[in-house]
Amino acid sequence: MSSRAEPKFVKYLLIFVALVFFGLFIVLPLICVFDNALAQGLRFYLKTLQDPDALAAMRMTMTVALVAVPLNLVFGVAASWAIAKFDFKGKGLLLSLIDLPLSVSPVIAGFIFVLLFGAQGYLGPWLIAHNIRIIFAVPGIILATIFVTFPMVARELIPIMRSQGNEEEEAAITLGASGWKTFWLISVPNIRFGVLYGIILCNARAMGEFGAVSVVSGHIRGLTNTLPLHVEILYNEYQTVAAFAAASVLALLAILTLIAKTAIEATIHSGQRQG
Amino acid sequence: MGLREGALSIELKHVHKKFGDFKALDDVSLKIEDGELLALLGPSGSGKTTLLRVVAGLDPFDEGQVLFSGRDAENQKTHQRGVGFVFQHYALFRHMTVFDNIAFGLNVLPRKTRPSRDQIRAKVMELLNLVQLEWLADRFPWQLSGGQRQRIALARALAVRPQVLLLDEPFGSLDAQVRKELRAWLRRFHDEFHITTIFVTHDQEEALEVADRIVVMNKGKLIQVGTPEDVFHNPVNSFVLSFLGNVNFFHCRLEEGKAVIGESALEVPGLSVQRPQAAKLYVRPNQFKISRVFSPSALKAIVEYVNPAGTVVKINLKTESGQQILVEITQEELKNIKIKKHEKVYVSLKDVSYLEYVQDNP
Repeated sequence: MSSRAEPKFVKYLLIFVALVFFGLFIVLPLICVFDNALAQGLRFYLKTLQDPDALAAMRMTMTVALVAVPLNLVFGVAASWAIAKFDFKGKGLLLSLIDLPLSVSPVIAGFIFVLLFGAQGYLGPWLIAHNIRIIFAVPGIILATIFVTFPMVARELIPIMRSQGNEEEEAAITLGASGWKTFWLISVPNIRFGVLYGIILCNARAMGEFGAVSVVSGHIRGLTNTLPLHVEILYNEYQTVAAFAAASVLALLAILTLIAKTAIEATIHSGQRQG
Repeated sequence: MGLREGALSIELKHVHKKFGDFKALDDVSLKIEDGELLALLGPSGSGKTTLLRVVAGLDPFDEGQVLFSGRDAENQKTHQRGVGFVFQHYALFRHMTVFDNIAFGLNVLPRKTRPSRDQIRAKVMELLNLVQLEWLADRFPWQLSGGQRQRIALARALAVRPQVLLLDEPFGSLDAQVRKELRAWLRRFHDEFHITTIFVTHDQEEALEVADRIVVMNKGKLIQVGTPEDVFHNPVNSFVLSFLGNVNFFHCRLEEGKAVIGESALEVPGLSVQRPQAAKLYVRPNQFKISRVFSPSALKAIVEYVNPAGTVVKINLKTESGQQILVEITQEELKNIKIKKHEKVYVSLKDVSYLEYVQDNP
């Protein structure tokens, strides 16, 4: 396909369309966020971010991510390992189940947990009897976040592990390495960029999740509010500047995620891992 | 140089292995002698790689026994068997340098038995020297050519002083020239160090050229085990015969020591007179004689193509009944008979590779 028969204007037209979309739907809103956030000056911006409720929301978001991401990392590595390196019955089912959280609306995901653990839910009476609070408390928020971010690490790792196959591990074993040593010396280094990539995506989603968390959190200010929920509350109370200030923190996080992602991709393509 | 530890023989007794309904190994019994260079030869899916992996302990099997020096190896894990395995696609550790790849087997030894850093360094350099690639120590696998990767994989397997070397299609993915070189290198290497070696190949030329003994496999079964000379000249059946090089095949009727094909009655050397019977005749390309002179004991054929580019001359013929025949003659012979395309020739038999009797349908 060496002949590039398309006229030049097609190329420029396509680039133009892409750029307009990009500008309209990504750059403009982003500028909007920061413009509104800084509408009353940098000092006010920083002040709203130091509001106790805002700080509590940030802490909560951090806590949730700190619990959900490592758990999903362990699960993601285990699941992708099982799927890529072994043959077993129900493998196809496991594969589609991993993707389930992506196809279910997050609101429904949150609702499932309310049905399970809420006061009127299946396990509610037992939980109340044992004085365990899940819904409208931190455990519920973490559970909902784990559910939503469930596929993030596994989906990154499965294709990598599949394409690499088993041979390097088998080679290590024939050379006398134990299963444990093989895992740490061969398997982990081979998937390290995929793991990092998965962690970053998982973290971004965990911190930004709104729908599922909104259902289970109960919006208790200073207690069960995450940053995205905090933004909503402020906005509903017409504290526009404060809402946008909080939103700008999330936007910054997204930009950082993108930079980290690009950096990792660059490292991967720099040749180190070309087999 | 002390690359090997001690004598070792491997024996398989009635080994069966299935993948679902597919019989990968079907009642395989085989003894591999100490210091032998053995080729497992067969088409793809014949079970040869599975056999190799069973010996290494990489794949479990359903029934039977694998014995290492007479001892059942069932409870011996792969890393306890002292096997050096070279994978078809080499399986070099992509995130490690060539040096670290070769040193891996020594670095993972338990602290008590692990050599010192200097000893490991010396050992790795010795192996790099053996495969003539010292200058590649600091490269990564992706920076090497196929032939270099192959030799590094071999050096890595040798680092742990294996008692047996298992090579899966060792030259399969290399180009022809490199393949020839490495083949000769493997033969020389084995002659020098006598490590018991089993290699898998689907290339009959490779097996015939390199191995001490050849095991021909098909559909999970051992079809024939013998020296290259033996399997080539005394094939047990037509499968072995046709797998080990080109062969022409004729339906004929045996009558009074001759093979009747169509109108012609060909003399078959060494065939005793017997009652008339249908048979299949297998003839290698170099077992024909071509002449321009008519003879009642020769097949009439037309020359379709003459290819003199090679150590032998390859000629394609077509008989009156439309059958294709591949004939090889020497350059000398071509000079004498000077045949060309579209000419008429008479083909007789110098010898026959294999004769298969066919039951007459009453």
